[in-house]
Amino acid sequence: MSPKTLYDKIWDAHVAHEADDGTCLLYIDRHLVHEVTSPQAFEGLRMTGRTVRRPDQTIAVPDHNVPTTLDRANAATMTEDSRVQVAALDTNAKEFGLHYYPVSDVRQGIVHIVGPEQGWTLPGMTVVCGDSHTATHGAFGSLAHGIGTSEVEHVLATQTLIQKKSKNMKVEITGKLAPGVTAKDITMTVIGETGTAGGTGYVIEYCGEAIRDLSMEGRMTVCNMAIEGGARAGLIAPDDKTFEYCKGRPHAPKGAQWEAAMGWWKTLYSDDDAHWDKVITIKGEDIAPAVTWGTSPEDVLPITAKVPAASDFTGGKVDAAKRAIEYMGLTEGMALTDIEIDTVFIGSCTNGRIEDLRAAAAVLKGKKIKEGMRAMIVPGSGLVRAQAEEEGLADIFKDAGFEWRLAGCSMCLAMNPDQLAPGERCASTSNRNFEGRQGFKGRTHLMSPAMAAAAALTGRLTDIRQLDA
Amino acid sequence: MNKFDKLSGIAAPMPMVNIDTDMIIPKQFLKTIKRSGLGVNLFDEMRYDRDGNEVPDFVLNKPQYRETQILVAGDNFGCGSSREHAPWAIADFGITCVIAPSFADIFYSNCFKNGILPIALPQEQVDLLMKDAEKGSNARIEVDLEAQTITSSDGDVFTFQVDAFKKHCLMNGLDDIGLTMEKAASIDSFESAAAQARPWV
Repeated sequence: MSPKTLYDKIWDAHVAHEADDGTCLLYIDRHLVHEVTSPQAFEGLRMTGRTVRRPDQTIAVPDHNVPTTLDRANAATMTEDSRVQVAALDTNAKEFGLHYYPVSDVRQGIVHIVGPEQGWTLPGMTVVCGDSHTATHGAFGSLAHGIGTSEVEHVLATQTLIQKKSKNMKVEITGKLAPGVTAKDITMTVIGETGTAGGTGYVIEYCGEAIRDLSMEGRMTVCNMAIEGGARAGLIAPDDKTFEYCKGRPHAPKGAQWEAAMGWWKTLYSDDDAHWDKVITIKGEDIAPAVTWGTSPEDVLPITAKVPAASDFTGGKVDAAKRAIEYMGLTEGMALTDIEIDTVFIGSCTNGRIEDLRAAAAVLKGKKIKEGMRAMIVPGSGLVRAQAEEEGLADIFKDAGFEWRLAGCSMCLAMNPDQLAPGERCASTSNRNFEGRQGFKGRTHLMSPAMAAAAALTGRLTDIRQLDA
Repeated sequence: MNKFDKLSGIAAPMPMVNIDTDMIIPKQFLKTIKRSGLGVNLFDEMRYDRDGNEVPDFVLNKPQYRETQILVAGDNFGCGSSREHAPWAIADFGITCVIAPSFADIFYSNCFKNGILPIALPQEQVDLLMKDAEKGSNARIEVDLEAQTITSSDGDVFTFQVDAFKKHCLMNGLDDIGLTMEKAASIDSFESAAAQARPWV
């Protein structure tokens, strides 16, 4: 048998039909659904008299629109159009018999945090969702990617996707990370290296000692941003940490089923002499705490760097950099650590898990955020929130001056009341710094939870390694 | 779905790289539960000021580009969010072809589900078409999907690549779901075999 990559193995196990030209029907094991990209798909089913083929494998949770303030049970906290979307999901989930975590359920949260938490995401699966950050689930060694609404409808109706196979890319992070460097810094540094289109046409497998050393939470952060590098999906081969994380979760297999599953899961790795179409290797020790200065996730630099000059770039990127520097209200050549901020957002499917909150709490413990700073922590799920309260993290946040919110997508995409005002500048643990992403004319700097927490204390972008110096 | 076969139309130049789907249709317009009506908000935050007045410098607001049917854009068009509202807005505006050096994966796939032809061409060919597009309504670009050619207003002809299956569906306005359902027997047998092989799923 010819050697295979992890992606090859998962792909081969899910091809339900292959046409002569290589177009495949890829069978989908888990379909996650949220309120924003699904109403038109369910409407399409109704209009054509179709139904959901596997409601037992379809999981719905509202997250994008829902307010995260403590008074959200009061319907008046939501705009009419948001309410209509959430109500539509409610109706569709009930009418088609889906697994459903409504806003009132403690398990509600960001779809990419709820899936793994409830054991829906398991190694070797195919997982899709009408959301580009579905790549997150690749941390389990599952093939997971975002799809459009027409494809949501296609998966609902047929439990398959029409796909052609992508190419294989290996991203190896060798050795150990330096102190203060996290999973977020790895994934941002990789995008800085490849550019936002560098992964287009590929599925990335992240590997190497620095990746193996990451917790499952950290691995989810890395895979989450595979899409920002343009890749269809990001994967990490499952290992004992993966199995340990999955074991005992509500929808993970039990008993003999668990043993059978483990038998297959342990074969899910790339063979030694598998073929890679592209390989990128980065030394873990060379990765520094990273921040973005511009309006694309590829506009990333070590915190010790300076804002670049537009003339440092070539091609279409010259104008893009000029526009980004102006939009961001920066000066060429200024130190990144001189950039003052007025808002801090810690949360999102990139960094809204318990480990992220622990990292922020370690920085904030016994300290106060800078006066006048607006700072919020939005846990990724109701269960993350509960755990953070149990561990005493919530008190640390509140004592430091952070708002302690309910679960949702919040300011990552500002489809809810959590938004930046024009000109406001935010240290954010989310995944996109596009123009207007966090609010009209809002300015976003992406970074890790520890770096965002440090920025909240000092009021400017801060090198976490220098915080106490 | 609308068929796409031939198009002769005005092309608008948007030379920016990394035009993301948040730019194409900002999040406040994702709260609709319909697919139609988004054209008026296409590129909203670049096209209108905060009071809702048109920004005169924005390309689609210029008189010669009001009837644009083709966009010529920079590298990595459609990156970011998977929102299909982006191609819905583009199609609702009346644009059915986008030409760029490269496209983000999900956006590219979403276009074909909505009667839009995305064409990736080498940078130097896009540069030539960009110059053509800058001539406004004086220049019409012709796109022929069957022949897989683009003809500039000066008569330069470029050929382009497109997946044969996607081309077939677009030319005939075929519904993917209907086509897949014809293969229901394959899905059924895969599903029963998978239930044996991986009963824990």
